[in-house]
Formats: sequence, C-alpha cells, structure tokens
Amino acid sequence: MQRLNPATLSGTAQPWWLRVAWGVGSIIGFLVFWEVMALLIQHRHLPTPTAVFAAMAREFESGQLMFHIGMTLYRVAVAFVLAMLIGSAIGIVMGRNGRIDQFFDTWLILFLNLPALVVIILCYVWFGRTEVAAIIAVAVNKIPNVAVTVREGARSLSRDLAEMAHMYRFGWWKTLRHVTLPQLAPYFMASARTGLSLVWKIVLVVELLGRSDGVGFQLGTYFQMFDVSMILAYALAFIIVVQIIEFGILQPIAARVNRWRR
Amino acid sequence: MAAVGDRVNTLANGSLKVRVERKIFPASGTREAQPVLKNIAIDIEPRSFVVITGPSGCGKSTLLNIIAGLDSDFEGDVQLGGAETRMGYIFQSPRLLPWRTVGENIALALPDGDPRHGRIDEMLRQVGLEGFASQYPERLSLGMQRRAALARGFITEPDILLMDEPFVSLDDPTAQSLRELLIGLWNRRPTTVIFITHDRQEAVMLGTRILRMSGANATIVQDETVRLSPSERTDRDKVLAEQRRIFRET
Repeated sequence: MQRLNPATLSGTAQPWWLRVAWGVGSIIGFLVFWEVMALLIQHRHLPTPTAVFAAMAREFESGQLMFHIGMTLYRVAVAFVLAMLIGSAIGIVMGRNGRIDQFFDTWLILFLNLPALVVIILCYVWFGRTEVAAIIAVAVNKIPNVAVTVREGARSLSRDLAEMAHMYRFGWWKTLRHVTLPQLAPYFMASARTGLSLVWKIVLVVELLGRSDGVGFQLGTYFQMFDVSMILAYALAFIIVVQIIEFGILQPIAARVNRWRR
Repeated sequence: MAAVGDRVNTLANGSLKVRVERKIFPASGTREAQPVLKNIAIDIEPRSFVVITGPSGCGKSTLLNIIAGLDSDFEGDVQLGGAETRMGYIFQSPRLLPWRTVGENIALALPDGDPRHGRIDEMLRQVGLEGFASQYPERLSLGMQRRAALARGFITEPDILLMDEPFVSLDDPTAQSLRELLIGLWNRRPTTVIFITHDRQEAVMLGTRILRMSGANATIVQDETVRLSPSERTDRDKVLAEQRRIFRET
C-alpha cells in the first residue's frame, strides 16, 4: 500500500520561505518582461500589465467583476459537483462489474472523444439556451473523465481488506466509510484537480455561446469591442480565484487525505 | 455449494465440525483442474489450540478460508457450535487499514457503542503497544503491526480465532516474543484457536493438538495431541523432544 507522493519528493530540502520567494520572484519577473515588451512594441492590442490592473480595478469598483466571476463560479461549482457525483457512481459500478464495464466501455470512449463544443451546441439546441442546458453541457463534458479515473480505483480495491472487513463484521456502512472510500480517495483527488481546471474553461465557452452573464459572456462582449485590457483583466482575475481554490481548498484536503502516508 | 456456519445447537459454543469432501481449484490456462483438499473431517473441541501444519501449497490457507466462510465453493459443510459464534481472523499479513490509526483499527473491529471500546488501551498495553494508539500502521515495524493485528483479534473476544502464519517473516527473537505473548493472551482467555504454520517448533510450542497435512494427498495424514504442560512450553529442550516424537525426527 505504498505510493510515492510527488509533493514530498520535490523541494523538501528548501525552507518554505525560499520556495515562496522563488514563486513571487518568478511572477514579478514575468510582469516586468510583459511591461517591457508592451512598452517596446507600443500597440493598442498589447496593453501593459499596469493598464490591465487599472482596468481590473475599475471593473471591481463598479461591482461588475465580482458579479460575473460569482455567476461563473456558481456554474463551475454546480457542474463540478454533479460531474463528480455521477462520474464517480459510473466509475465505481464499471470498476466492480466486469460485464457492465465491457458493455459500456465503448460508450465511455465515445463520450471521452466527443468535442466539448459539440456537447454544448447540442444541449442548447435540444434544451434551449437555459441555465439547466448550460450546466448539463459542462457536466456531460467532465463525467467521462471522472468515470475513467474512478474506475481505475474501483478495479484496484483490495480483496484482502474486504475479507478483513467481512470477518470483523464491519457491515456495509463501516466498510464504505473506512475501507472503500479511503482507497478511492487518491482517485477522487486526481479527478477533482484535473476536473476543476477543465470545468471552468468549458463554463466560459458555455457562457460565451448562450448566457448573458458570467466571465465568458464578458469576454465575448469585450472581444466585440477589441478591448484587450478588459479581456486580460477578466482572465487574470479568474486565474487568481482558481489559484485561491487550489491552495485554499484542494491542497489542504489532499494533505488531510494523505496524512497517514510515511 | 456448501453450507457454512449452520447453527447446530447440539455442538458446544466454540466447537466446530469441518467436513470437506472435495475442494477443487478450477483449471486456468494450461493447468488442469486439481483437488486441493479431499476427505477432510475434523472435530474441534471448545478452547483447544489446534495447529495445522504442512508444506507450503498443501492447502492449509484454503482450509482456513473455508472454515472462516470466506470460501464457499467446496463440497462438504462446516458446522459451528452455539447460537452466535463470533470469529476472529489474524491474517498472514497484518491487514490493518493504513489510513486509520492503530487505535481506530482496533476500535473498528468492535460494534459501535460496545463497552469493550474502553478496554482498547489495556489491550494495547498487553501486546506491548502502549502509547501507539494514535500512530498510523505504516509508521510501525512489521512486528509492531502484527502486535496490533493480535490486539484486534483478541479485543472482540472471539469464540473461534483463526490464525494464518501470523508470525512469518519476522526475525527469531521478535517471533518468539509474539508467541509468548499469544500464549499469555490465550491462557488469560482460552478460546478455540486454529493456527496455521509450516514451522514445526512453533507448532509444538503453541498447539494442544497438531494436524499434519500432506500436499500429495491433499488431506490430513496425522492427528496428534501435544503432551506438554503450559510451563514446559517455554522449555526449549522439552519442546524439541516433543517435536521429535510427533514428527518422528531423528
């Protein structure tokens, strides 16, 4: 039951403040590089970072930025939770039952390779340009990825531990909570982390094509005006939000799930 | 299909009657189907310490899994005495949940709200793991993990305790101290034990009865009572003499 944890292999020799210093230095270096390039090229379609942050501040003060980011985050959250629940259920059933797996494997490959844009267009055509259609489109794009990852976990469930749980009369609830789910946790974490980045990118496309609010809708609007400063302002603001979710929520959960490892 | 765990109240609690007419491993690849067990009939008295010994691959573990009810694909039946027989199984590997602490692993073997939860610390002290309740198993040595598995097996106070080479791949002094620990726990609370080993000395030291299996015949070829008093079991010479008698070693 030993797995290598990349997080503990790399960078353990460095103190934490040095790692933070490298990270901050790298970001500052990128901003300086961007500023210099923008000043050299002098084109209205390549704004300086100063101009981008000024646009971000304006949009923040008007309340627009937080409103649209909020709408996008809400869609990301609902679609993400739906995809994780449905995808995990499919993955567990397929991983535990050979016949079902054999039959539905082709379906899974089909959905894995279906372009996101096709799913979005079909959902809007079939269900109208509604909130429900938008969220279904995002979830359907993510479900096959979750199912494939969790299926691997369900296939590798330990028979030894299942027998132990049976002999010590765990019952189904204790078995699920203490034996099965902890074995699947790394697979849930893997699909959650890749899932979050995939889901928010698809949500933007869904908003661009059929919603009248959200970051994707705003990007579409500013694209029509060729306002690159504002497009970059929204993109940067959203990257910051996603990083806060990664460091503030996902990494602490991963650390807690992995606390028993040597 | 076989009936496992039929409640027959004419048998005393902790006793069991095992009949295996035939157990076959199905053919796989180029290997033909072959019987692993046949014509096995064992009657076990309550609170006896039965050691099943024999070369590796002779079907000892298969027999234990049949008794445990983990394997029901055989011809024959297993009858347990008493109305409600509680079984414990100490496996060849400790099979602790690595994501639960030692204390949690032991607690999980007990039903929720069971009064014996209050005895976990005492149990850990008895197996020499005092102060390790909040440690995760992978941070412990194999010997300590085996102690934790012993504690889990004993805390439930089983009527029948099954043990499958629980001290294999330990260094000699560690294995010896765990054997003494097992004798101590068993003397304090005698229970029916079925213990598998291929170590003859271990068999004689622990068992009150030894069943020898042979791989070629896939059955039990010798059934012997061990003539040693509890105090003689820690005497190396006495154990060796008894080992020579039972196994006809020269």
